[in-house]
Amino acid sequence: MARKPKSASKKPSAGKTKSKSAAIPATPAPAEFSKEQELAAYRNMLMIRRFEEKAGQLYGMGFIGGFCHLYIGQEAVVTGMQAAISEGDQVITSYRDHGHMLACGMDPKGVMAELTGRRNGYSKGKGGSMHMFSKEKNFYGGHGIVGGQVSLGTGLAFANHYRDEKKVCLTYFGDGASNQGQVYESFNMAELWKLPCIYVIENNRYAMGTSVVRSSALTEFSKRGSSFNIPGIEVDGMDVRAVKAAGDLAVKWCRAGKGPIILEMQTYRYRGHSMSDPAKYRSKDEVQKMRAESDPVEQVRQRLIAKKWANEDVLKAIDKDIRAVVGNAAEFAQSDPEPDASELYTDVYV
Amino acid sequence: MPINITMPALSPTMEEGNLAKWLVKEGDTVSAGDVIAEIETDKATMEVESIDEGTVGKILVPEGTEGVKVNAVIAVLLEDGENAGAIDTTAAAPTAEPEKAPQEPAPQPVAASAPTPAAPAKTTPVEPEYPAGTKLISTTVRDALRDAMAEEMRADNDVFVMGEEVAEYQGAYKVTQGLLEEFGAKRVVDTPITEHGFAGLGVGAAMSGLKPIVEFMTFNFAMQAIDHIVNSAAKTLYMSGGQMGAQIVFRGPNGAASRVAAQHSQCYAAWYGHIPGLKVVAPYGAADAKGLLKAAIRDPNPVIFLENEMVYGQSFDVPDLDDFVVPIGKAKVHKAGNDVTLVTFGIGVRYAEDAARELAEMGIDAEIIDLRTIRPMDIETVMRSVMKTNRCVTIEEGFPQSGIGAEITAQIMQNAFDYLDAPVLRVTGKDVPMPYAANLEKLALPSVGDVIEAVKAVTYK
Repeated sequence: MARKPKSASKKPSAGKTKSKSAAIPATPAPAEFSKEQELAAYRNMLMIRRFEEKAGQLYGMGFIGGFCHLYIGQEAVVTGMQAAISEGDQVITSYRDHGHMLACGMDPKGVMAELTGRRNGYSKGKGGSMHMFSKEKNFYGGHGIVGGQVSLGTGLAFANHYRDEKKVCLTYFGDGASNQGQVYESFNMAELWKLPCIYVIENNRYAMGTSVVRSSALTEFSKRGSSFNIPGIEVDGMDVRAVKAAGDLAVKWCRAGKGPIILEMQTYRYRGHSMSDPAKYRSKDEVQKMRAESDPVEQVRQRLIAKKWANEDVLKAIDKDIRAVVGNAAEFAQSDPEPDASELYTDVYV
Repeated sequence: MPINITMPALSPTMEEGNLAKWLVKEGDTVSAGDVIAEIETDKATMEVESIDEGTVGKILVPEGTEGVKVNAVIAVLLEDGENAGAIDTTAAAPTAEPEKAPQEPAPQPVAASAPTPAAPAKTTPVEPEYPAGTKLISTTVRDALRDAMAEEMRADNDVFVMGEEVAEYQGAYKVTQGLLEEFGAKRVVDTPITEHGFAGLGVGAAMSGLKPIVEFMTFNFAMQAIDHIVNSAAKTLYMSGGQMGAQIVFRGPNGAASRVAAQHSQCYAAWYGHIPGLKVVAPYGAADAKGLLKAAIRDPNPVIFLENEMVYGQSFDVPDLDDFVVPIGKAKVHKAGNDVTLVTFGIGVRYAEDAARELAEMGIDAEIIDLRTIRPMDIETVMRSVMKTNRCVTIEEGFPQSGIGAEITAQIMQNAFDYLDAPVLRVTGKDVPMPYAANLEKLALPSVGDVIEAVKAVTYK
């Protein structure tokens, strides 16, 4: 094949190409939390952790069927983001959704009862772990098709824009979904129409069993919007204060009408992809190191102690409270009856 | 040799158009590629370029002439040294018919493009869905669809239309003509070519309470979006225990157009008809198109609205009512008859009408049931007819296996077995991808001949 002479590949410098995008914001410093904020974050994250541990137990006991994807390790992401948004803002995510629902303020009983497929579950037992919704709490699912929620979330943002409302939509997806085509179709429209959509990429390093380096040509997910002029920020997704600060910045960006923004949350899941995943694709040491050095709940706990905002007794009391809530939810989810057989044919059409 | 300049086709389905304007006069010299005239259809205006160089010898069709048939000679070019005397005016094809019957698509001049059409049987609707004495206005299906969207958009600010080329281009098939002007860019949204993305975006908007009308340039392209149509739009209501669903219409041309081959010619009625949670509508005439689209936009469920490019330009009577709505889920006895039931929908009604006319000459009185809605299917109307005629032939353009005809056949087996005097037969598209060649395409589509053969078989004639 003929080679072009080297000089031919040199493009004439026609000046800097004009970029319409505003300056990419830098990762903000972690937010300064008050005692109340730290305690709330601790409580909310611990709630997710204990809930998920219980869900894992119930799965092992056969009360929960099908797929069950636990959120343990990633608690700081939803907790910090939820603290950044306001009443009326929407949340949508994929099938690893229990943490998001609890963060949205959905009742642990209703969530757990849905996991066990009972009539007082959020979807009357018809959705299960992966498909749960709460109109009341502006939680739009709970979607089982990888990447599907990204277009849907962009549509929620479209509706906000259509109605001239200042609401924003938090659209969560993982490093795996980041390789789906519709993500980029959505990015394009969101920036084109300046939709108020915060794309929260939860990079937990593994798409099921495939590590990001084995699946992604560009592993810096914050840059995935660069073809569309969407700014992105890398965030320490294990530090709830860092998440909150990034969330505040992103919400402000969207409400100002600047269009979408990407937050890459660098996080980690301790458990397998789903309950049936033995996690042979990573070492036990890797998991242990993350747990020991970066655990989101432990970080807050240590700050609370160090600042003398709480002592071991207070924290134990919180843990006890949470265990009681989760225990009640689990009990409810086991005793609540299955849906009536007549429910088979309801909710197919309005 | 003088060169004939003929009326060009703007699309494979165009049969005639108007000669809007001549940009040259007799005696002008032109080069190949010069724009010499403008022609228009109800869909678009296009420039006609000279195909060769020479002198405009004679203009055979004056500007302003309407209904000029495709391939009619509209002007003659003279080459160097020729004079107007060389023009054999008898060669010029007849041009416009002064008064064209509005609902009769002329047979295509080139072989095979339109599968059947001849004049549809003149049938008065058996069950008129509007008060007697209502004024009727001849309207194309294209305009009826546009009117339905415009009326609903006027009535409800939450209704908006989105899709490729729906706004500034005025619709790839001109179905959204004029909507941008009336409703503005916020409610008539041109999307990038990104079916998967904008279908999902539409469903998301619907989940928050807006009422999108998503136009697919054709339903073939909706294959990119079928995940959101099925997994997001159709299932969310059920998966959320009734908390949220999607009031959304997915519409666009479905089925075979003409000479566009395998990837652009497929009927998706059976595909979407399979899915609980979806409603699937497939009208034929303009009144049903309008009334059903209005019903679809108001329906709180996701509705697949299957149109047909071949009938967009065809005119039908539409009742002149402020708010003409046809309920979803009701079939129509399109023509009453006693000897055999022809069950069909969409453009299949054309095949049925043409076959019924020929069958009448053979002494067979066919009843035509136009399903109009595929899901929920009005199987009762079909049963009533079959119990009367005791014979049934289904007609559809889709593939045979697991098709609409297969469903109807099974339903009749279960519900009217004892009434049957013959097995139900299906007339369908052939079990092959759509070929391009004109003769093969004709063979691949169901034909009036296929219908007549099937009817003869079930009536033992």
